Amino acid sequence: MLDVRGIKKVYESKDRTVEAVRDLTFTLQAGELACLVGPSGCGKTTLLKIMSGLLDPTAGEVLLEGKRVDGPPPGMAVVFQEYGRSLFPWMTVRENVELPLKQKKLATARRTELVDESLAAVGLAEAHAAYPWQLSGGMQQRVAIARAVAYEPHVLLMDEPFAAVDAQTRADLEDLIRDLWHRFQVTTLFVTHDIDEAVYLGQRVLILSNSPTVIRDDLPIDLPDERDQLTTRSSPRFAELRARVYEQIHRAKPAAEPVGAGATAVPPSADHGTAEFGA
Amino acid sequence: MTGILRRVGMTIGLPVLLLAAWWFASANSTDFFFPPLSQILESLVDEWFGPRLAADVLPSVLRLAAGYALAAVVAVSLGVLIGTSRTVRGVLEPVLEFFRAIPPPVLVPIFILLLGIGDGMKVVVIAFGCMWPILLNTVEGVRAVDSVLSDTARTYGITGAARLRKLVLPAASPQIFAGLRQGLSVAIILMVISELFAASNGLGFAVVQAQRSFAIAETWAGMLMLGLLGFLLALLFRVVENRQLRWYHGLRRAQRSS
Repeated sequence: MLDVRGIKKVYESKDRTVEAVRDLTFTLQAGELACLVGPSGCGKTTLLKIMSGLLDPTAGEVLLEGKRVDGPPPGMAVVFQEYGRSLFPWMTVRENVELPLKQKKLATARRTELVDESLAAVGLAEAHAAYPWQLSGGMQQRVAIARAVAYEPHVLLMDEPFAAVDAQTRADLEDLIRDLWHRFQVTTLFVTHDIDEAVYLGQRVLILSNSPTVIRDDLPIDLPDERDQLTTRSSPRFAELRARVYEQIHRAKPAAEPVGAGATAVPPSADHGTAEFGA
Repeated sequence: MTGILRRVGMTIGLPVLLLAAWWFASANSTDFFFPPLSQILESLVDEWFGPRLAADVLPSVLRLAAGYALAAVVAVSLGVLIGTSRTVRGVLEPVLEFFRAIPPPVLVPIFILLLGIGDGMKVVVIAFGCMWPILLNTVEGVRAVDSVLSDTARTYGITGAARLRKLVLPAASPQIFAGLRQGLSVAIILMVISELFAASNGLGFAVVQAQRSFAIAETWAGMLMLGLLGFLLALLFRVVENRQLRWYHGLRRAQRSS
């Protein structure tokens, strides 16, 4: 379905070369919900931009349904972390969700149907006439998710979509993602720095190493399919899986680096991206 | 209710005060060059709102509208082009800096040589002078389109003309409007200036004509007329801007309160 083969990305500037991603290879099966977790600054966003065709890799290739990605592919939707900067503030919620569908030249009736369905699915049926900036952060991210779902993508990529919302909203949105995935069966790759979130959401967790990035581990999550915030998160199996991912991430730190040299021993959950919205 | 009264009072308080001061100070004036305000207002109503409205004010306003519209279309199109393409920017910037440095009034004699003394010349003078603030602001606005928004548009296949209509122009519109507002006041100034040199009608022409024939009250009234016209146009502009940028003002308010 989605093949990532030997992706390498080197940023070159005049006086230094940074190897952000060294060699990444993995495959997503159709209908899968996988999480990609890694320490902060490990090139998650770089990888996601390459996968979505926004950035060219230095080496390697991404194949979506057998076709090489060299520009944003039509069957893919991306949800960005910065919800405040990814919705068009001059359009209402409905117009935001509808715009990509217009671009796809869908008939009006079909567009209306898709917009209504997706807004209802994220619990925002009432808010269609509002502007994004009239909504809370969590609701704005719901609109972005509704827009992605209405687009009927074959693959849905999410780049730390909940890094900038509060804990309670985050839990709700996590359940929303599971729910939407069950309903629409979209192949989903969810990028996060939060270990608990990765284990809770995914059928599978891909663990990235520190930069220059490689895949450290590919862990199937054998939790029951019906998950809820309370019982799943307090189950012994959840704790085991969580511990395994945590261990891997910590081992992902380069051993050669002296202690105290910046990027060492910071618990990944302390990384909160950059919440630029509303500054 | 008292709130509204207060606001109305605050808005028109000072103008009323100033007019009253002028009225009483000039009431018994015998100075030929400072006629009483009553005479000036009489001339304003009789002359400027009388035959001169169609003969002079209307031609001026039409030329202003044509020049301003021409400037807006050219400057916004060029601004989008320059803001989008690094190459175009590199090639055009030095030339534009040079043209921008020329004070538009000195171009009137040149344009008269090239275009004659008709309406075309005046429209071009107005357009040439007021396009710079519009152009520069458009370039800035287009260059500042948010990168995440731009990525979002790309992933949803919004490119080409749709990108321009749905993303670039709306995103740049707050700055385009800022440029248009500056451009409007420049356009009014140039409207008058273009009529001082070689004209047979128009506000600027009529004021100079009145002054030369010692119709002093009418000269003063012409000045009032110009002020009134500028005020009305600014008001009209604000109404249009508020409608077009309602989202932007709402967004700013939401960002400030969070």
